[in-house]
Amino acid sequence: MGFYFAQLLTGLANASSLFLIASGLSIIFGVTRIVNFAHGSLYMVGAYLAYTLVSAMDLGAFGFWLGVLVAAAIVGLIGLLIEMTILRRIYHAPELFQLVATFGVLLIFQDATLAIWGAQDLLGPRAPGLDGALRIMGEPIPEYDLALIAIGPLVLLGIWLLFRKTRWGVLVRAATQDREMVAALGVNQAWLFSATFVLGAFLAGLGGALQIPRETVSLQMDLSVIGEAFVIVVIGGMGSVTGAYVAAVLISVLNAFAILIFPQVSIVLPFIVMAIVLTLRPHGLFGAAGSEHGAPTEPEQPLRLMGEKGMMILFAAMAVFALSPVIVGDFTTVLLVDVMVATLFAVSLHFMMGIGGMVSFGHAAYFGIGAYAAAMMVKQLGIGMLPTIFLAPAVAGAGALFFGWFCVRLSGVYLAMLTLAAAQILWGITFQWQQFTGGDDGIVGVWPAGWASSDKVYFYLAFVCCIGGIWFLRRAAHSPFGYTLRGIRDSRTRAEAIGVDSRFHQWMGFTLAGAVAGLAGTIFAFSKGSVFPDSLGIAQSIDGLIMVLLGGIHALAGPILGAGVFVMIEDWVTRLAYWRVIFGIIILVVVLLAPDGIAGGINRLFARIRAVRKGGTA
Amino acid sequence: MAVLSLKLRMRPPVLEVANLNARYGRAQILHDVSILLGRNEVVALLGRNGAGKTTTMKSIMGMLRQVDGRISYENQDILGKPSYMICRAGIGYVPEERRIFRDLTVEENLEVGRRAKRENAPEWTLERLFDLFPNLRERRSNLGKHLSGGEQQMLTIARTLMGNPAVVLLDEPSEGIAPVIVEQMGFVIAELKRQGLSVLISEQNLHFARLVSDRAYIIEKGQVRYDGSFDDLDQHPEISRKYLAV
Amino acid sequence: MNTVLEARNLSKAFGGIQAVDDFSFDLRRGEFLALIGPNGAGKTTCFNMLNGYLKPDRGSVRLQGKELVGIRPRKIWRMGVGRTFQITETFLSMTVLENVQMALISYHRRCFDLFSRATRLYRDRAEQLLELVSMQEHASRACSELAYGDLKRLELAIALAHDPVLLLMDEPTAGMAPSERVALMALTAEIVARQQVSVVFTEHDMDVVFAHAHRILVLNRGELIAEGTGSEIRENPMVQEVYLGGGAVFEAENEAASA
Repeated sequence: MGFYFAQLLTGLANASSLFLIASGLSIIFGVTRIVNFAHGSLYMVGAYLAYTLVSAMDLGAFGFWLGVLVAAAIVGLIGLLIEMTILRRIYHAPELFQLVATFGVLLIFQDATLAIWGAQDLLGPRAPGLDGALRIMGEPIPEYDLALIAIGPLVLLGIWLLFRKTRWGVLVRAATQDREMVAALGVNQAWLFSATFVLGAFLAGLGGALQIPRETVSLQMDLSVIGEAFVIVVIGGMGSVTGAYVAAVLISVLNAFAILIFPQVSIVLPFIVMAIVLTLRPHGLFGAAGSEHGAPTEPEQPLRLMGEKGMMILFAAMAVFALSPVIVGDFTTVLLVDVMVATLFAVSLHFMMGIGGMVSFGHAAYFGIGAYAAAMMVKQLGIGMLPTIFLAPAVAGAGALFFGWFCVRLSGVYLAMLTLAAAQILWGITFQWQQFTGGDDGIVGVWPAGWASSDKVYFYLAFVCCIGGIWFLRRAAHSPFGYTLRGIRDSRTRAEAIGVDSRFHQWMGFTLAGAVAGLAGTIFAFSKGSVFPDSLGIAQSIDGLIMVLLGGIHALAGPILGAGVFVMIEDWVTRLAYWRVIFGIIILVVVLLAPDGIAGGINRLFARIRAVRKGGTA
Repeated sequence: MAVLSLKLRMRPPVLEVANLNARYGRAQILHDVSILLGRNEVVALLGRNGAGKTTTMKSIMGMLRQVDGRISYENQDILGKPSYMICRAGIGYVPEERRIFRDLTVEENLEVGRRAKRENAPEWTLERLFDLFPNLRERRSNLGKHLSGGEQQMLTIARTLMGNPAVVLLDEPSEGIAPVIVEQMGFVIAELKRQGLSVLISEQNLHFARLVSDRAYIIEKGQVRYDGSFDDLDQHPEISRKYLAV
Repeated sequence: MNTVLEARNLSKAFGGIQAVDDFSFDLRRGEFLALIGPNGAGKTTCFNMLNGYLKPDRGSVRLQGKELVGIRPRKIWRMGVGRTFQITETFLSMTVLENVQMALISYHRRCFDLFSRATRLYRDRAEQLLELVSMQEHASRACSELAYGDLKRLELAIALAHDPVLLLMDEPTAGMAPSERVALMALTAEIVARQQVSVVFTEHDMDVVFAHAHRILVLNRGELIAEGTGSEIRENPMVQEVYLGGGAVFEAENEAASA
């Protein structure tokens, strides 16, 4: 009995720090509609700063708590800086842009932290005065855990009072519902937003700083906590602080007990709970309908079929591409396969997001399933390469069919979060299920069949598969099915009113995009000869998003251009020491300066040329 | 073609819009719109949907970016200022589609609108507003989303009045509500005028506009096509037939 | 058979509030029926029970003798019930013609076709429908560029795509100028007469209601309080009290008297 009570207390203590970071995330989303991927970085920086401050001051209990608070305050100031320099410019951008931009900030933070504190894990000091343990029902309970258990509800109460009882709180809640109107009523929303972001950053910093006696401070803290924080926010309902607390307690306590039965469960448990909650309550436990969408976007222009001139240019470009292995060396040929794989992946993601209107933060899941299915078929089942090229994407499609069933019940940010959760579940399984997936060591020796083993032959095989896949999705975009998906994206109400089963069509669209991503994964596995869990990690998903964004989401050609440029940049940048900073800056530059991507830029250029010509003849 | 009513121009205007141009993207919505709002005047801005009435109001309110021309309030240039500063200067905006804060109570909605008292405008307190809108008193702790359409319309007006404005911009107050509530709205506007406020009201309902306002502008395709009294408008039925087609 | 729709004893409560209470009416072929009443009287609830979005607590709805209660909205649409929305709902990223084509593609169950070119399907029929509402010259324009009145007409064309027997129009003239209102309703009335479609519509513009409705039903707090022709409703003191008021805001002649 005492043991279980102790587990409960551990769960509650964990809940407090999770709540701190999640509440900040939720408050920021509620007001600014920004899903802040860099929130984990603020948490990490809070921990590093507290480590440095507490170690440097060495003033006992007073010094510890002062250090924690000062660290959180500094993080709040860093938040102010981020808000004023970056976020202010993207409040009106679609959610995808915001997510990618904050991911850029995350990359910059990673390298900045590395440069300041080094790569080594740091072991934080214990909290003076609270470094012992109390015996409760015969079990030792760390005193610091008890303090944390108290801090969570106290912060919740503080936030509640702030939001309900102060004018500032009423304004924040009003801004959550209608920002423009709040401004028209005389409120300087720029400062309201800044203050909200500072509060959110402060809470994240506090969450990180309070962790130092319990956890080693490391460079992995940001990504490891952000996934969980997202899940908590979504379970609780985006924008609801109470929801964040309830969800944090729910997840942490469940986790504390679940690991007793099944120790590996902690990686996937939060995501499973989230999938269940969202299926039952599509806006989370305390969320309101309508909370799932970011800023409204401008309607797209109608699709146009490509003209004859365009077709000729396209064929010429493809012919040049097809002949390139004859001219360039093997090393470049391999790089070109990478480009094709990335392009197919990006096109499948674009089909889902641009055509289907379903923003996915976890599209790598299906890429990864395709890659792993191919590897396992060849290595463990002894199936040949050619049948595998057909079967593995089908497995990925089946995976998308399964996860898609849950995802299409939601929309907007919630859908995006659930796709992320699905990818994380799969990543957790591949990581832990060593006997089949090889865990961290992956599966190696996945080579193409003998006849296709030369780089040039494999290039042509990949060429056929990838161009075929891209052609197929392009054709689908212009088909009644593609139009139906776009219709549902434009107006679900209208689609239902003309007899379209919108959920079923989205489900099929999701599955189709998943299967094509699986094909990309299959080609990838054979070209590399191995697969590792990162092929379904967050970074792979984000890469896809960046490619689509870089190319321009409103154009069918966008993902093709984006993927090509992305692979080239990546190939060059990752050779440098602090490549994350450079990459982060590139991302921010694209988002801030060229929000319609390369394709949009080209379109604008042509429009200008046409205008000039017209002006010349008139 | 425009009928000028010079005697109305004699009083110094509290709000002056001159040669206003506004764009959305590439499309130009307003072309050289000029409007005067005299002190303690109720002026109607008539026109069809999409004629530019809301754009004019949002431009005055600083809610649009691509605007040029001149807008002055109490002889101060306000064009280019952010909307919160325009509101603080004394211009209140009541938007078209009500836009109350649905998850806030009636009192909290009013709190968002509250601003300090101003010299040139009447001061509104909760109690005074509840006298004007008795329904809201009963429902003061209800959430905005639980109010009926008519009550929501009253709440948007009350919320704007909490800012103690000297000028109120009312965007289509009669749209989508029951005739009996529209009549109530008429009383409210008369009361605002009695209190010394100046009101610019955009309308498609000519009957209602005539009941509540002193004179009218007709706007069509982003241009002012008529400027004068309702009596003069009656003398020239071809104008309202052409631009309002009543 | 002259009666198209029979609604009997429809009732619906939300959390203890009776939104619609024991509401019955009949609708004849080709009839133009207006449903009016104060905001929150239950008009929208009533509409949603007719088109299947809400299941009534009690009562039945029969379309040409077939029960509609318990049938999904999509199926009800296929049985011949079309609708337009108070705030237009169209596919903004498509052209005007493509919007109508989409309705036809769905009606002919071609939504899962992955290989045809969507823009080449049912072109002629879609063009005919646009002609019916005089929108043919806008066919290739992007829907997002249309004026509001044109969007309303486009919605009408979409709603007619599957040859409905019943059209539900939720505040069809909301947000339009008086002239456009009259024109849209005249157009609707003409189509109704020609195609023998029946229409139920809600509306706050009494000029439109009195000019076009063959018959008017007045709802208040979920109950039917009056039924009759325009002049009967206008004279009804109960309707004046809860809804119409003195008439100053919609009728020129009354206004002259009160001034």
